[in-house]
Amino acid sequence: MKIHEYQAKQLLKEYGVPVPNGGVATTAREAGSMVESLAGKAVIKAQVHAGGRGKAGGVKVVSNRKDAEAFAAGLLGKRLVTHQSGPEGAPVDKLLVEEALGIAQELYASIVIEPSVKSPVLIISAAGGMEIEEVAAKTPEKILTIPIDPIIGFQPYMGRKAAYSLGLPTELIRPAGALFASLYKAFEALDCTLVEINPLVVTTDKRILAADAKIAFDDDAMYRHADLAKLRDTAQEDKLDVEASKADVNYIRLDGDVGCMVNGAGLAMATMDIIKYMGAQPANFLDVGGGATEEQVTSAFTILLSDPKVKKVLVNIFGGILRCDVAARGIINAVKAKGINVPLIVRMRGTNAEEAKAILQASGLKVTILDSLQDAAAAAVKAA
Amino acid sequence: MSILVGKNTRLIVQGITGNEGTFHAQRCQEYGTNLVGGVTPGKGGTKHLGVPVFNSVSQAVKDAGANTTLIFVPPPFAADAILEAADAGIDLVICITEGIPVLDMVKVSRYLQGKKTRLIGPNCPGVITPGEKCKIGIMPGNIHMPGNVGVVSRSGTLTYEAVAQLSERGIGQSTCVGIGGDPISGTAFVDVLGMFQSDPQTEAIIMIGEIGGSKEQEAAAFIKQHVKKPIVGFIAGGSAPAGRRMGHAGAIITGAAGTAAAKVAALRDAGATMVESPALLGETMAKVLKKR
Repeated sequence: MKIHEYQAKQLLKEYGVPVPNGGVATTAREAGSMVESLAGKAVIKAQVHAGGRGKAGGVKVVSNRKDAEAFAAGLLGKRLVTHQSGPEGAPVDKLLVEEALGIAQELYASIVIEPSVKSPVLIISAAGGMEIEEVAAKTPEKILTIPIDPIIGFQPYMGRKAAYSLGLPTELIRPAGALFASLYKAFEALDCTLVEINPLVVTTDKRILAADAKIAFDDDAMYRHADLAKLRDTAQEDKLDVEASKADVNYIRLDGDVGCMVNGAGLAMATMDIIKYMGAQPANFLDVGGGATEEQVTSAFTILLSDPKVKKVLVNIFGGILRCDVAARGIINAVKAKGINVPLIVRMRGTNAEEAKAILQASGLKVTILDSLQDAAAAAVKAA
Repeated sequence: MSILVGKNTRLIVQGITGNEGTFHAQRCQEYGTNLVGGVTPGKGGTKHLGVPVFNSVSQAVKDAGANTTLIFVPPPFAADAILEAADAGIDLVICITEGIPVLDMVKVSRYLQGKKTRLIGPNCPGVITPGEKCKIGIMPGNIHMPGNVGVVSRSGTLTYEAVAQLSERGIGQSTCVGIGGDPISGTAFVDVLGMFQSDPQTEAIIMIGEIGGSKEQEAAAFIKQHVKKPIVGFIAGGSAPAGRRMGHAGAIITGAAGTAAAKVAALRDAGATMVESPALLGETMAKVLKKR
């Protein structure tokens, strides 16, 4: 689960990470008064889940009420299109209004889980304000990675090591170390998969603080963080993605026209791959899960058919725990309720596949049933 | 011969009295696996599926001589179940549970360092050795047949697809290992590849990776150094967008190493025969075996 910058900053502040003074505005008037109360100079930032806001015109430094209100009015209620948001853009409902910082230095800090060392790592760099991927590719020597042993947790020496390596002035070593420790405290306590501060700013008045903040939570740990669920902003997510998460199926909408429904994440990806390999593009990733129920299959298939881009459908089920006949019934229910006017190609193997095929054939549904993945994918790609 | 599981396996199932535990314990038993008991705290002293139920893993080790465990415990309690098994001295822990918080797994893997217990998974289909009628997991047993190809994969159903393509062509399997789709797992490709290289029964290997992380690159470096047997491979997710979690918690492209293209290139460079389509795994393995 992703959250907004203002939410991430509030959370990090609770754990002791210094953040700029400011607040959230939902109207242009509010934004204007906030700028006034921040001594007339402030930065206004559109709150959307997509990155690349600055380049897209979603961030501006303003120095009076009038400019603030004009900028805010031009953003609120609109959609901001960034290089990450997709062509529809992301809706702007809130603005973060913060003190404008006198920036002396822009740094980078994040904590992620690093599978190769099986532990969280603190990643820091003196090259802040750029995407860390870019820094890693061009100047890997500018990045320091410090593994954090989960048994001892974050130790003060790790903070000092990070602070000294950034070349910070003596008076900032201690505050920087404390900031990194707070970052880990938040990461661990909130079950994050990512906490990122980019840029981490050293100001001209010798403060170090998080000028931006990004947090992603471990969806699998949300059962122990009921309080965090309310931070979700479904307006920022694709409508069909939201419905899929309600039905507890893994669905991701893509750009192609071959809709596909599969059981198991690996097979679902492989099915997308074979569609692409044969010259077409998948409309979505859809994994109904290893042990889906008939109802889940029905919801999943309904969601799949709700995408107007879908011009044909390929179902690929390798029955194991999920029995093919259960999947077949789920599909028939969805088609009965919603109708289908695109070609449907079904490939079923494994547990109860023969029964499933008989059910589909007896249903009167116009369906092409094929046994091999190769043939089914070829038929789906050719279908019109 | 085989790797990891076989005729010496004495299996218990943690969570044996639950729905999933019961269903799959029974399938394993029917396949021929030597199921010696189960563990459900509070139900010790009863019998289920004809085998004794214990309150703890250590009791099952003591009374039933268990050396392997299959875990079906729900995610909030699964890390504890793995730790309990390790503490009881179990050799092999196979954890099927999907959705264990990643920070729980970070602690579990740290605890397992230096211990004799090997963990497979979590979020995996398990391990099967058809030639010794030993199935420990949720895979459909009937698609497998005894033979000489080792299969190692991060996926579940995609592995079944590969196995079915092999069996259809009369190519049997020595052992099939699902290492799981989570970012932190107990056993990596390199571990299983090393075992297949030393296993006299295994003549060739199918390796199925996925986008995300760098386990395939680590495997490629290992293959260059240590694996002499032919490998046919596929990486799922070549058509996946960056930055989105594709079902599996570990299947998310977050860096250049995470893309399918980077993994395919590394494995090709290590000498593996990589296929572009998942439908070509069986056919390609048949060709590779013919050449030998």
